[in-house]
Amino acid sequence: MTALLMHRLQFAFTITYHYLFPQLTMGLALLIVVLKTVALVKHDERYNQASRFWAKIFAINFLLGVVTGIPMEFQFGTNWSEFSRRTGGIIGQPLAMEGVFSFFLESTFLGLFLFGEKRLSRWAHWGAAFMVFVGSWISGFFIIVTDAWMQHPVAYRLLPDGRFELTSFWGLLLNPWAWLQYAHNMCGAVITAAFVMSAVGAFYLLEKRDSEFGRLFLRVGVIAGLLSCVVQIFPTGDLQGRYTAKHQPAAIAGMEGLFHGERGAPIVLMGQPDIERQRIDNPLVVNRVLSFLIYGTTSAEVKGLDQFPQDQWPTMLPLLFYSYHIMAGLGTYFALLMIVAVFLLWRGKLYRARWILWPILLSFPLPYIANTAGWMTAEIGRQPWLVYGLLRTASGYSTHVSAGNSLFTLLGFLGMYSVLSILWIVLVYRFIQLGPESAEGHSRPDGIAA
Amino acid sequence: MGAVWFWIVAVMLAAYVVLDGFDIGIGILYPFLASNEDDRSVMMRSIGPVWDGNEVWLLAGGGTLFFAFPLLYASAFSGFYLPLMIVLWLLIGRGASIELRSHIDNGIWRSFFNGVFFLSSALLAIFFGAALANVIRGVPIGPDNYFFLPLWTNWRVGPQPGILDWYTVVGGLVALIALAVHGGLYLALKATGDLCERARRFSQQAWFALCVITLVSLLATILVRPETLDHYKLHPVSFAIPVLVVLSLAAMKIFTVRRQELNAFLSSCLYLAIMLVGAAVGLYPTLLPSSTNAAKDITVAEAISGPYATHVGLIWWSFGILLAIGYFCVSYWMFRGKVSPRADGYGH
Repeated sequence: MTALLMHRLQFAFTITYHYLFPQLTMGLALLIVVLKTVALVKHDERYNQASRFWAKIFAINFLLGVVTGIPMEFQFGTNWSEFSRRTGGIIGQPLAMEGVFSFFLESTFLGLFLFGEKRLSRWAHWGAAFMVFVGSWISGFFIIVTDAWMQHPVAYRLLPDGRFELTSFWGLLLNPWAWLQYAHNMCGAVITAAFVMSAVGAFYLLEKRDSEFGRLFLRVGVIAGLLSCVVQIFPTGDLQGRYTAKHQPAAIAGMEGLFHGERGAPIVLMGQPDIERQRIDNPLVVNRVLSFLIYGTTSAEVKGLDQFPQDQWPTMLPLLFYSYHIMAGLGTYFALLMIVAVFLLWRGKLYRARWILWPILLSFPLPYIANTAGWMTAEIGRQPWLVYGLLRTASGYSTHVSAGNSLFTLLGFLGMYSVLSILWIVLVYRFIQLGPESAEGHSRPDGIAA
Repeated sequence: MGAVWFWIVAVMLAAYVVLDGFDIGIGILYPFLASNEDDRSVMMRSIGPVWDGNEVWLLAGGGTLFFAFPLLYASAFSGFYLPLMIVLWLLIGRGASIELRSHIDNGIWRSFFNGVFFLSSALLAIFFGAALANVIRGVPIGPDNYFFLPLWTNWRVGPQPGILDWYTVVGGLVALIALAVHGGLYLALKATGDLCERARRFSQQAWFALCVITLVSLLATILVRPETLDHYKLHPVSFAIPVLVVLSLAAMKIFTVRRQELNAFLSSCLYLAIMLVGAAVGLYPTLLPSSTNAAKDITVAEAISGPYATHVGLIWWSFGILLAIGYFCVSYWMFRGKVSPRADGYGH
């Protein structure tokens, strides 16, 4: 149990747990704007009622996103002090901008959105919902800019004392990596929200209750789901894969399990990486596809791990391989499921087709897994670097915080977050049980979360 | 540039203390001033729509500190590792208790969150006060600019102190009492009837304790860190600060007696802000003093980010903070006035 491992585990655990909430709220913020817009344009009160219901679920998740997000801002300094000292002049910029431009906006307009429906005009209330959406998506952008700089450092100068100095503000914000990653990530957030909304719709239809809202949620959910699933694969996933291949070839080799570089490289659909023998066990492969996916021709050469010194291989290679395959596999399944669902919707059969409502209901946890696996792919793929090619993970942690102290706080977070999980399940289940009919926009809230 | 960012961060953190301070204060007073569920509901609803925005000042201030003074952020955050983690847990528990207690109308559920709300608020006040006292007292910064403080050693102020020693405990008590009074004055402003009366009475009584502890902390600071006095002597104009502290304390008392609740609350805001400015003046140009060797002090000049980054930062920061102030004005205006005692709909 080295201190480095403890610090990594703590950050990995707290960030993974944290991101369970923003992925839903960012996607849901968009879907709530959609619901409110339909309500305004069609003068249909059901859509307003639907948005009130989702606002309650949004509020709980938003709160948990906020309280689990606070540690993230602190842990750069507490657990990764050397990294912070060296890179603060650069990544401190987007992190500070997130606070100043997004958090103030979100917290104010969320209050107006949740409490203000009676006092604001219909348009003003729509505006509040829209601003919550804008705020949460700005927040996501600044975080992605921070991560993208670690993945693909730009606009910097390295000083003699090991610190990085910013040379171009716009270079940092317009980092191409950031925009590709942002598109892919936000699309993933919409998938989570669309699957959750569809699943609640399917739940009501299977339970034969609140069927009007069940149909509404299902309709909005599967349409948003299909759109986001398609865009997630092409162009955003495709572009990000190519860009990664260009700038982090070792990461791609690890993700794909390509131990030996070759022309006309195959794609491994399934298998178990065997690092000792440098091969994939029980491989299920399709020849030449990897070369085609990355370079557009089936004969192109793809670099394998053997072309990189072993100390630059992604650490935890099998986990990288599995994360990537889980993400890509689930992404494919999502698209297929949504194609079938939208087809049935178009044929007018979706609401009665129990054989498809069941998988829609049961699939709601899967986008959480896929989003988590996607982030693990990006972050494990970046290893052994904190700042790709420039600063190693082993050189970035707080050397003065011992493994024992770090384990103490990791256990504390585990306990704390277990309690939060239980509270979350109780409350969200309760909201779904109470149903959309009971979702009053002004039902005596004490706090922000109505 | 260093001076500009020092004061930007100081003002943001002061804004945090003044704003989140009153909702922490409500939490400290929660079990003592509320006599029934209706009172508790009024206390919660007085801060409901604003507490989250208030807390953003901590995040935005922390982010700005990271950006402007990476060395300080890295050194202080890792050095104060354990107390910071405890602060994080308290912030999590507090946020959860405010938001979750109203969702289920059940005695046990609510009692549990009432307790969490009180404890987390009180402990946060103590920890924040102790944190500031640690920064004033100084820490044993090593040759590599890092340090690591245990939670306590022998409770004495020495070259190898703990997070908690008698001086930082005094700091924690100042914060506890000051924020309780602050919360009491806010409640007097927002509540009606008996609850308002109780809040007023509490503030008046606690005011004496606040005067005593303020004086004690002032003397203790001069004793523990005589250098602060030198900074003041260097700029005699800064002696206006203790005068303002006394005036704001007097104003709190006078306005409370005259039942001018808004003015009393604003005097308390002034008191908190001036106390923090006083601490900042005592520190500047040091950010984090060393308890072992003055040459190892982390100073503004040493820790400031590159000139380009700080120049660009000043542009977006000014723009962003104007927007933020705008949002705050909208929000506080929307939810102005007394909170209605009946819990029908939000506020009034």
